Amino acid sequence: MIKFVLMVNRQGQTRLSRYYHPVELSRRAALEADVVRCCLSRKKDQCSFVEYKDFKLVYRQYAALYIVVGITDSENELSIYELVHNFVEVLDKYFSRVVSLNRVKNSWIQCQGVCRSLKHLK
Amino acid sequence: MSPSVPLQEMIRAIRSARTQCEERGVIQRECATIRAQFRQADNEGRSHNLAKLLYVHMLGYPAHFGQMECVRMIASPRYSEKRVGYLGAMMLLDEKQDASLLITNSIKNDLANSNQYVQSLALCTLACMGSAEMCRDLAPEINRLLRASNSYIKKKAALCAVHIVRKVQDLGELFAPSARCLLTEKNHGVLHGAVVLITELCECNPESLERFRKTVPDLVQIMKGLVISGYSPDHDVAGISDPFLQVRILRLLRILGHNNEAASDAMNDLLAQVATNTDSTKTVGNAVLYETVLTVLDIKSESGLRVLAVNILGRFLLNNDRNIRLVVSQNILTSAATTQKQRISLCIQLYFSFPIPPSRALELSLALVSASNIRSMMKELLSFLSSCPPELRSQTASGIFIAAERYAPSQRWHIDTILHVLTTAGGDVRDETVPNLIQLITNTSELHCYTVHKLYRALHNDISQQPLVQVACWCIGEYGDLLLRGECQEMEPVQVTEDDVLDVLEAVLQSHMSSPSTRGFALTATMKLSTRITENVDRIRSIVSIYGSCIDVELQQRAVEYNALFKKYDHMRAAVLERMPVIEKNSQGHTNGDSTGETIKENLAVKVKQAEPQQAANQVCDLLDLLGGSEPPLQSSPALGSTAPLPVGTAGTAGGDLLDLLGGLEPTAIMPVSVYDKDGVTVTLSCEKQSDSGLSITLTASNSTDSDIRGFTLQAAVPKSVQLHMKAPSGDSLPARGAAKVTQMVVLNNPNKVVNLKMRLRISYTSQGSAVQDTVQVDSFPGLGH
Repeated sequence: MIKFVLMVNRQGQTRLSRYYHPVELSRRAALEADVVRCCLSRKKDQCSFVEYKDFKLVYRQYAALYIVVGITDSENELSIYELVHNFVEVLDKYFSRVVSLNRVKNSWIQCQGVCRSLKHLK
Repeated sequence: MSPSVPLQEMIRAIRSARTQCEERGVIQRECATIRAQFRQADNEGRSHNLAKLLYVHMLGYPAHFGQMECVRMIASPRYSEKRVGYLGAMMLLDEKQDASLLITNSIKNDLANSNQYVQSLALCTLACMGSAEMCRDLAPEINRLLRASNSYIKKKAALCAVHIVRKVQDLGELFAPSARCLLTEKNHGVLHGAVVLITELCECNPESLERFRKTVPDLVQIMKGLVISGYSPDHDVAGISDPFLQVRILRLLRILGHNNEAASDAMNDLLAQVATNTDSTKTVGNAVLYETVLTVLDIKSESGLRVLAVNILGRFLLNNDRNIRLVVSQNILTSAATTQKQRISLCIQLYFSFPIPPSRALELSLALVSASNIRSMMKELLSFLSSCPPELRSQTASGIFIAAERYAPSQRWHIDTILHVLTTAGGDVRDETVPNLIQLITNTSELHCYTVHKLYRALHNDISQQPLVQVACWCIGEYGDLLLRGECQEMEPVQVTEDDVLDVLEAVLQSHMSSPSTRGFALTATMKLSTRITENVDRIRSIVSIYGSCIDVELQQRAVEYNALFKKYDHMRAAVLERMPVIEKNSQGHTNGDSTGETIKENLAVKVKQAEPQQAANQVCDLLDLLGGSEPPLQSSPALGSTAPLPVGTAGTAGGDLLDLLGGLEPTAIMPVSVYDKDGVTVTLSCEKQSDSGLSITLTASNSTDSDIRGFTLQAAVPKSVQLHMKAPSGDSLPARGAAKVTQMVVLNNPNKVVNLKMRLRISYTSQGSAVQDTVQVDSFPGLGH
């Protein structure tokens, strides 16, 4: 099960966050900062799957944007990895270029709508 | 009040802020504007304002004041406002907020709306943040929508149903029939939703699991369609048709086929087909293959299929993509379905293909150890121990000990392994290792000579590893004579002189690296050697007396006691310091661990505190007179008599002492016989033969009168040639009506095998203010045979 999806930039600022499990607002910032620190500090030749507390993180880097998905233990990490790529391809097709700046400039409400589609794989 | 800024302007403004402070300023200004405009109930820009607020919320700033606005906008008839309102509800509201209850009615109305997009908004919101009450209210509606004709709505309704089932598991029954029907859909979105719903139903309810087993043929059909069908542009991802749906179906099949022969049979062909046909050059294909392998290993598949699955795992390990290798390596250990041999072959591949983290390697190796490969595995583990990172050392050491204990092919190998670990990683082993090792060494009597030689050599080389030093000191103390004898069948003879041994022990005592307990071990060992060596006893005496004024209280106490042994009790020294008996293997609960190392000290404590023999001697004298044997009883000889049996009986009663100290286990009586019964006071006797001439008797007293008895004492006398030792009683007061008993143990030693062993008992107590004294003679001892 997917627990959350985050899009973070190189500086660690959250550009998009979507939680599929109730997490209090106050704890979200701390969680995001922690997760992002974990992923940003990894080298290029390390795996995309990280064990973090009691769930797993799958992350992928696209230029200056990191997409991090938190999943439970029972989920197939490889399929989530592919899902992230699929998601980015969809955004790419819809918004013509996946760059942090552009995505935000255009109607990001549509982007939220695409996020809702991720519930399919909840 | 500034005019409301369009969303894009605001975003541009925020992004152009160069510092965090500037950004916060911009956002605060915007939020103030938005708040003011909410209060105005301005009709035009409401959705824009809310959208801006949501953007601010996404950046992480507080936006809770928009909640009521969301509620209001959801109720609005205009679609654009509804859309933003629902989005806001999903982001700002969750079940803990009170405002969420207010939208229940709106959702209900919107679910019945004719416009499918409005319906979908409501479904999405319910699926996202619906509380248990809301779900209960709206479940029938959702069920109705599951059978709608519109596949777009069906898809969303399926996802909503998943959320409802997760929140309120009882409602699962409601959705089961509809879920079944959904499987016949062509639309992948609906199929996906249906599969997730069925998975959820099966996981929470075993009866549903039974029911849904019948859907296995349908699922197999769908899956076949996906695998065999040609290129479908709608669902293609890197050459595989809808891999996400495939993975989902495989997972459901795994749940349905687990522990069920019939279902597993139905899937066998399909799984074989997926395993062979899927293209494994891309990650997508590998994801599907991985799921297939997990499924095959989890259901009751046939052996050919299993072999196929394990081969695929092996291929993964050699794959260039490290993600795949990591995922597989994580699974090998946990997959209980692979056999030992398959596991081993996979691990070997892993070892060669991929630098896995050392902790993982250690876990794998320990899991693979078995009786047949223990020798080779141990070599690997020992070399790992010398090269592994320090934080893993103690884990490795304990793993090695456990493996060695379980699978040791021979005693000597076991001792060698433990010694090796102690020399390599001695500082990192746990504390219980020392007593365990000592116990092991004591129990392998034929290897004492070999062990002590090896330990001496190790000690000679290095006195810094505390556990090793402790064990070595103990052994040298115990088996020093074997060491000094020089010859040993299993090792080349090395001449060790007494001076060498004492030098080593002294070095340990004086070294700053030795811990206090190590020093204690060394001091005791030195003392023990005094009986085992012939020439340097004076040297030992001087060493021991030096420590009589040591700062460490523990050492000082020992040294003083040992000094006393030299001076006053020299006659007992040989007996006290003789070889330890074989220790019984105890479970972890006992404090035997401590006492094995300290037993010599305990024995000494019992003997050196010789206050008792004085009293016992007096009483014995009196009773001996009573028995008619009038000879001048020396104070010392009964004392000697009462303590002389101790050294001989040390072997037997040392165990008894230990047991007493550990919690007073009573020896099991054969048949208690009542020897005294008067005025409500009863004394029963039970005895047990300890050895050829030794007998231990337990006297139990109880009081059946209505008043308490105080000062209850028992004294015993036996014929002259029999030696008697009375242990301390458990108490001296007997509460009324038999509420508690007093027990006392008496040890008799009958070396001359006196026939007709008799014992006279004097019972004295105070009851209701008056003292009572009585004597009784015991003529026959149960269990003795005469």
